[in-house]
Amino acid sequence: MSKVTNIVVAGLGGQGVLKGTDILAEVALRAGFDVKKSEVKGMSQRGGSVTGDVRFGDCVFSPMVPAGEADFLLVLEPTQAALNQRLLRPGGVLLGPEAVRPEALPHKRTLNVALLGALSAHLPFPEELWLAALRAAFDDAFFETNQQAFLIGRRNHGTRQKDPGE
Amino acid sequence: MLSGNQAIALAARHLGVALGAGYPGTPSTEILESFSELGGRAQWSPNEKVALEVTLGAAFGGARALAAMKHVGVNVASDPLFAAAYTGVSGGLVVVSADDPGMASSQNEQDNRRYAQAAGLPMLEPADSQEAYDFTCAAFEISERWKTPVLLRLTTRVCHSYTVVRPRPASGPPRAPGFERDIQGRVLIPAHARLAHRRLRRKLAEMQEWNETCPLNSVVGGGGALGIVTSGISFMHAREAAPEASILKLGFTYPLPMGRISQFARSVRRCVVLEEGDPCLLEALRAAGLEVEGKADLYRFGELDVPRTRRILNQDLSPEPPLPPGKPPQLCEACQYRLVFAALRKHDCIVAGDIGCYTLGVLAPFEAMDSCVCMGASLGVGLGLRHVLPEAQARRVVSIIGDSTFVHSGISGLVEMVYNPPPQGHVLVILDNSTTAMTGHQEHPATGRRLDHQPTRKLILEDLVRVLGVPRVYVVEPRAGSDEFDRVLSECLASEQLAVIIARRPCILIAKQLKRYEEQSCDCTSAPGVGPETHEQSH
Repeated sequence: MSKVTNIVVAGLGGQGVLKGTDILAEVALRAGFDVKKSEVKGMSQRGGSVTGDVRFGDCVFSPMVPAGEADFLLVLEPTQAALNQRLLRPGGVLLGPEAVRPEALPHKRTLNVALLGALSAHLPFPEELWLAALRAAFDDAFFETNQQAFLIGRRNHGTRQKDPGE
Repeated sequence: MLSGNQAIALAARHLGVALGAGYPGTPSTEILESFSELGGRAQWSPNEKVALEVTLGAAFGGARALAAMKHVGVNVASDPLFAAAYTGVSGGLVVVSADDPGMASSQNEQDNRRYAQAAGLPMLEPADSQEAYDFTCAAFEISERWKTPVLLRLTTRVCHSYTVVRPRPASGPPRAPGFERDIQGRVLIPAHARLAHRRLRRKLAEMQEWNETCPLNSVVGGGGALGIVTSGISFMHAREAAPEASILKLGFTYPLPMGRISQFARSVRRCVVLEEGDPCLLEALRAAGLEVEGKADLYRFGELDVPRTRRILNQDLSPEPPLPPGKPPQLCEACQYRLVFAALRKHDCIVAGDIGCYTLGVLAPFEAMDSCVCMGASLGVGLGLRHVLPEAQARRVVSIIGDSTFVHSGISGLVEMVYNPPPQGHVLVILDNSTTAMTGHQEHPATGRRLDHQPTRKLILEDLVRVLGVPRVYVVEPRAGSDEFDRVLSECLASEQLAVIIARRPCILIAKQLKRYEEQSCDCTSAPGVGPETHEQSH
């Protein structure tokens, strides 16, 4: 099987974990990859732990990121980092809330999108694809702040860093 | 990209399904919501039994109909389900069972593949969203060809994973509904039912034969060393965990194509059955005399994934690393039920609980729940406790149930309360937050709005309770700074009478939506607002 890129987004209910995986999956799909996205709903609205998995590549089978095989782990809430560390493969990249300066964000609820911005610096997708997916994901009223948050996360992480899979 | 649930809804829409009905329950809820959003006629019924009966009636009338529910919902609907296998249908009827191995949001992890065998219903099991779409189409074809309900069995990961779906052109429009009298087929008196049972077995034998060459089953991969027989999401894990294996992927899983399976099993040196949950396939294959390997008992619990599949294939029996506990969900900070649970705790109540957000009252700091069994069980369990406990304990028993759950299956428990009252009376608290909150805020008969949030006749809970003959009925608004609920509860516990306290305050998470719905509603007269004052009515 060809290389599949595995990303897990973790946080608490209400933080926009699933919105984040929606956008990420949309970008990978627009980039021409086979994509699968998995989530477990149910208790998410009551503030419990939530994770969402996104996998993309030429051909993806299981929708769930196998433990120990995540290339990237995005964590929206500090307590969720240790909890989900086991998902990350050796050498995988952890992007926690500290990856962006929260005080620089237009709104604290845009942390999910800001972390996508930080992640985007590691992934082979052009910026236009990300912005188009954001455009599709948000109403006019929220698009601007989210775009701003995305770009803060992206710039914060500099230009595209070496892909850990390479 | 669609979730499995959305894909079913899209297929149903493309097939011209005339009616979809169900009751909300994770992981099935979005099927009917999506069907409605796509313009389909979708309804929440009071419970799954009614939903299945409504769709069965639609299918008796020649239409295509879809019932959707979670695995435990099928328990509620099982009475008509078994009978429907005998009656068959004139149109098409597909019953979706969304199982929850691992119990992401359920009270058990029962394996509803057992229902196909128990009731004698054909069953299809999709592995991703594309198959959820394709198999929904195939399920209606099978349903119409053999005039039988078809079970479409999904699991959480298929329901809630998003994969690419390419819709296919619909195979043909549904025929126009119309009534055809078929007394022998539809009226299950014993004389008719005896014939119906034979007819059912004949159909199943025909379907089994057809299944031997059915394109819903397929073999992928080549080698002869390792063969895997699997279905549903386990297929995806198998392909990833064992790219070298030959895999017989079964899509049409009851009645099983035993000839084909047997041929496959003999073509490989080692044949492993890979399935989540119960050893259904394994038992069937072994009963047919096939030498196949199953999974160790430790893999019967929870979901499978790629690492666990590797362990099964490696016959690894070493203990699995425990999953770190995540942060559990909790009652919202501003939830009105916090006041209710604080009061129950204060009075040291023995609480027979029920299913919904408020089940979270079992967690710290309240720990104010002593049982939670299934939808509606709070009434019966509370009454049973009252009947047998020593008087001092019996007086402290309270049943507590949400508004949607009460309508689902609490009403008959309330009839029981009035019919067989315990000597010290009983207290039922209905937590009315005007929505089915836990599953994502669906409507129900007592919200006065249909699935699509449009107004309809509202069931007035206090009227229903009074008319059933409960002597003490109160409507209380639990709110910060008020001890009203606490006082009313005290009074009811001391009264030794039957009492129902409706603790009514809309869920704070939908306050904005409710306002919007109410503005849109043109029929405000059918939904009298109930203020914070206490009402009491004595008979």
